Amino acid sequence: MLSRTADSLYWMARYMERAGNLARILEVSDRMAMSPSPNTDGLPPGNEWQSALITSGTESLFLQKYEAPSAERVLHFLALDEANPSSIRNCLETARRNGRAMRTALTREVWENLNDTWLEIRGFTTQRLVGVELRKFLDWVRERSLQFHGAVTGTMLRDDAYAFTRLGAQIERADNTARILDVKYHILLPDYAPVGGGRDFYQWAAILRAVSAHRSYRFIYRQSYKPWLIADLLMLREEMPRSLVACLGHTCTHLQSLSSRYGQQHECYRLAGQLHASLRFARIDEVFQNGLHEFLTDFISRNMSLNDQIRTDFLM
Amino acid sequence: MESQVFDEMAGLEEQTRPVYERLKQWLDEMPHDLLTLRRDEAETLFRRIGITFAVYGEGGDPERLIPFDVIPRLLEAREWEYLAAGLEQRVRALNAFLHDLYHDQEILKAGLIPRELLLRNPAYQPEMQGLEVPGAVYSHISGIDMVRVGPDEFYVLEDNVRTPSGVSYMLENREVTMRLFPELFSRYAVEPVDHYCEDLLATLKSVAPRECEGEPTVAVLTPGIHNSAYYEHSFLADQMGVELVEGMDLFVQDRFVYMRTTEGPKRVDVIYRRVDDAFLDPLVFNPNSMLGVPGLMAAYRFGTVTLANAVGTGIADDKAVYIHVPEMIRFYFGEEPRLKNVPTWQCSRASECQYVLDHLEDLVVKEVHGSGGYGMLVGPTSTAQERAEYAKRIQSQPAEFIAQPTLALSTCPTLVAEGVAPRHVDLRPFVLMGESLQVVPGGLTRVALQEGSLVVNSSQGGGTKDTWVLKA
Repeated sequence: MLSRTADSLYWMARYMERAGNLARILEVSDRMAMSPSPNTDGLPPGNEWQSALITSGTESLFLQKYEAPSAERVLHFLALDEANPSSIRNCLETARRNGRAMRTALTREVWENLNDTWLEIRGFTTQRLVGVELRKFLDWVRERSLQFHGAVTGTMLRDDAYAFTRLGAQIERADNTARILDVKYHILLPDYAPVGGGRDFYQWAAILRAVSAHRSYRFIYRQSYKPWLIADLLMLREEMPRSLVACLGHTCTHLQSLSSRYGQQHECYRLAGQLHASLRFARIDEVFQNGLHEFLTDFISRNMSLNDQIRTDFLM
Repeated sequence: MESQVFDEMAGLEEQTRPVYERLKQWLDEMPHDLLTLRRDEAETLFRRIGITFAVYGEGGDPERLIPFDVIPRLLEAREWEYLAAGLEQRVRALNAFLHDLYHDQEILKAGLIPRELLLRNPAYQPEMQGLEVPGAVYSHISGIDMVRVGPDEFYVLEDNVRTPSGVSYMLENREVTMRLFPELFSRYAVEPVDHYCEDLLATLKSVAPRECEGEPTVAVLTPGIHNSAYYEHSFLADQMGVELVEGMDLFVQDRFVYMRTTEGPKRVDVIYRRVDDAFLDPLVFNPNSMLGVPGLMAAYRFGTVTLANAVGTGIADDKAVYIHVPEMIRFYFGEEPRLKNVPTWQCSRASECQYVLDHLEDLVVKEVHGSGGYGMLVGPTSTAQERAEYAKRIQSQPAEFIAQPTLALSTCPTLVAEGVAPRHVDLRPFVLMGESLQVVPGGLTRVALQEGSLVVNSSQGGGTKDTWVLKA
């Protein structure tokens, strides 16, 4: 297939995934901003919104435009701002634009999801994103993103086009999980002691919610929130679909299907395998001993190198 | 020339022509709201398939539908035979002319066409001089615009041998008509058109470079998603099962053209390009072109890749060259032209220019290099002020204009708000030429939806109809 077509599929999926993740991040920020704040932790007000900016990697762009991250500004900036290439609106538009450029490679269901979503997002205004309407909006974005991935897995032929689409989603998802965990850890200092205090509890719950895993946590560990268990769940548990190890596992599977289809193993396949192994055979206590932040920072940069290598090997 | 309008259903005597009898009967039985309902269904189908036509610079939604008229236009077998033979003769002559022009220029030596008209023409490509193209075919895909003014009177209005478009509408219109009106379709024996894409692919493969080993790789080159005919480009690539590429997908290395694929570079042998000459290769033509492929012309000149249509075909459909086509047919084949040209006045000649200026009210005046119905003056429907302004333009650059009588284009029954009414139509049949030549039995009928209007171009609010060529 044409490299450009593969590139469009890859970015179409990445942007749809990113839109859904942004909606989760904003939902958590909104929740946290409303949660009881004893204000004993010395954090400046508005911190929740700032962490949404850091997690989405858009803080410096935001600060070029605005002085301080207020709820309203961040919401506008991350949800609808046309000047922010990573706003939900622009993610949906970019995803649709990529889809439109190679429509014949898409099934009708996938195209209609992209097109309908894009038609609808144009009707939202910042004035409407308050109170109940904000939650409705964020739910809608999350649902559209899930429906997109459902349409992909439910209707697309299992060929190279499918592999590139899924690769885009997995790389984006791994990046997002790592960022959420890393940013939140700046707020919640790593500590082996059980987490105490009302606000801490909400913070931990927030991380889990941001990856749609607060129920899963209970189901797997059957105990109260422990930092290392949360990190374990988000990084090392194969059964958790948004964990780093699960995303890398899928990435390897899709790269494997491409190498058997094309009869050639590329460098990206080796990088992905290496990164996957570093997660599969890791232990969470060792990760904490060597520094969680260091581990995550290293992961994010290796995941990015993997993205670049996929591009070099297939997409250009 | 007839002054009375010929209606293809009613004829001239207001008596239904035999070929239309069954259609007329069907129309009479069909309640108006049912017909309207079917038209709305057709529109939904077109929207869902996404057959849009991009109109820029007018505001509003650029992704528009071309209105589709549900009542088909009929052509009898004997009418079609006559047209097809004429089209074949004309397309062969245009190709012979292009080969001659880019080689020995016998027609110039014979003094039949003024030298400066060709060699100083912006559509003339000196790069093509002396170049051998496979099978000596230049225009592989031609669209010849025809109009009808009487029962047996057809004229060629214009030749399109650069990148003629509209064939996807011919195919989709048929699909939709068969789906919406199976009962009408079964009343007639209609020649199929749906093998067009297969024929197109065979035509393109038949002109692959001689050195090409194995099955030739064909690709469709599009300027991209913002081009008004992008839908058609993707449709044709899809139907032929070949890649739809943009300039950036291709590169030239060691005299060969490759496309960038996920499996590495893949050689391309034949490019059905829907990009104009000027944008094909920034190293040779427009240096600012982002649509082209640097080095493509060099590869083309080495003969490692075939371009369809060839570079430099535009000279043959120039409106000032058009008037010489009957002469070409006589010169190259010693035959009389089967299809007539519309009488044309050239403003470059002082006496004819004066005639045009004196009769603006009765004439259609066109820019020699214009296309798409833009920049023309339709005398009878123009205002005095428009004519005065246009006259100034003609006087300042007479060589840029030609004029033709306002033809009484035939009309066909068309569904409009008030019911079924006659509207003016033209016809663009498509001719494929590679190793062999095929005239597709059908074509794109364009219809001017405004009462009395003679402008059928889709960019000017025209619609389309399915065109049925009946079996003998």
